[in-house]
Amino acid sequence: MGNTKYTYAVARIRALETSLLTNAVIEQLLACPTAEQALQLLIEKGWGDGAAGNDMDAVLNREEEKTWQVIRDVAPDMSVFDVLSYPKLYHNLKAAVKEVCTEVRNPHIFYDDCSIPGEEMLKIVESKEFSRLPGNMPGVAQEAFETLLHTRDGQLCDIMIDKAALEAVRDAGRRSGEPIIDDYADTTVAIADIKIAVRSQKTGKSSDFMRSAMAECRGVSVEQLIRAALSGADEIAQYLEGTSYAGGADALKESPSAFERWCDNRMIETLKPQKYETFSVGPLLGYLIARKNEIKTVRIILTGKQNGFPDDAIRERIREMYV
Amino acid sequence: MSELGIVYALLGAAVAVLLSGTGSAIGVGIAGQAASGVVTEDPSKFAKVLIIQLLPGTQGLYGLLIGFITLSKIGVLGGGLADLSVQTGLLILAACLPIGVVGLLSAIAQGKTAAAAIGIVAKKPDQFGKAMLFPAMVETYAILALLISFLAVSGIQV
Repeated sequence: MGNTKYTYAVARIRALETSLLTNAVIEQLLACPTAEQALQLLIEKGWGDGAAGNDMDAVLNREEEKTWQVIRDVAPDMSVFDVLSYPKLYHNLKAAVKEVCTEVRNPHIFYDDCSIPGEEMLKIVESKEFSRLPGNMPGVAQEAFETLLHTRDGQLCDIMIDKAALEAVRDAGRRSGEPIIDDYADTTVAIADIKIAVRSQKTGKSSDFMRSAMAECRGVSVEQLIRAALSGADEIAQYLEGTSYAGGADALKESPSAFERWCDNRMIETLKPQKYETFSVGPLLGYLIARKNEIKTVRIILTGKQNGFPDDAIRERIREMYV
Repeated sequence: MSELGIVYALLGAAVAVLLSGTGSAIGVGIAGQAASGVVTEDPSKFAKVLIIQLLPGTQGLYGLLIGFITLSKIGVLGGGLADLSVQTGLLILAACLPIGVVGLLSAIAQGKTAAAAIGIVAKKPDQFGKAMLFPAMVETYAILALLISFLAVSGIQV
């Protein structure tokens, strides 16, 4: 009989794929003279809800919530989506560690739509009950907390937790047993490593710094990337040309935003064949990433228009759509 | 020995109904999950997905047909059990195997194809006709098996 546990979920996602934004709709949004009109167009397409009204942030947040709601509804096993929720979880840990160490409270810095919401994370860090945290978090939380307390070096604390997050994403991908999730996780880590290399090269960071920030993955070699970053930007591009991220080398030469867009587009290209899958988790992941991608693109268009950016500047940041 | 002959023949009828019925139940079940997924989001597609969901159900009917013919041939239906030799009983059992085995496997395969075809209807409802054809292709082989089982059961002299 094979594995048919995703049959219901995939059929439902298939029906929902029809409401994803197409490239044509993105063009329409770009053609709107103001951000308000573009937002109105989206609201007519069913974005947001009554409570969100005409507030851009509320509409976009509501859309993200809706996406997760659908996935929670249909997925027989949510643990395969850990790769997507871990970044928020580790962000919460990072924010909580900093808040507790600096004894400053800032509103709205936590994500509440993950397994440990802000309040709870804050309580755990305050009471130093790190063992209540899942996975590789207890160790890194303790280490980051003590490091920040002793050195007051926020960046060191950041890279420790970020590296742990990347490793957690990579391991969750491997654990999921689904090749597409594993691929996604590994690509996420590889792209993060490349970004670290590029930024470290620009800011002249040492090899030790890069080593403590980058996570091992199959897509790129951390050691080679570090060597390339120490030699210069051209060397990073040259190294990438020999990997499966060759296209990124050209984008890197163009501009950082072109590289970001290339990363997103590559992910969408990898996921596109999932539109033709019927019995695997792939279409669910494809839909999730497609939604995140379109929400990000819409945010770029709307904020670009709000701030009076020229159309060309907005257009060069537009991502490819899934459908 | 004559009692064993009728046992084999009845086993044949049971195999035809059991295997093809199981296959159809699984097939319709798989397609039904996909159909439910689509109707959750878009109830207007109910009629279209229902038709596709039912396609893997035919194997069960073919098995039932062969089962009926076998039962009436050996006299379980209509009174008066036929006096079958072991050889005739085994012949009837063999005649029932094609629809049983092919019915089981083709119904499951058809169920999966139907689930995929329901995906077509979800995204492009105007392509319903084409979507129907893919699972219908699998049906061919169930019909071929039905034909052979039918000819064989009818051809055996009791």
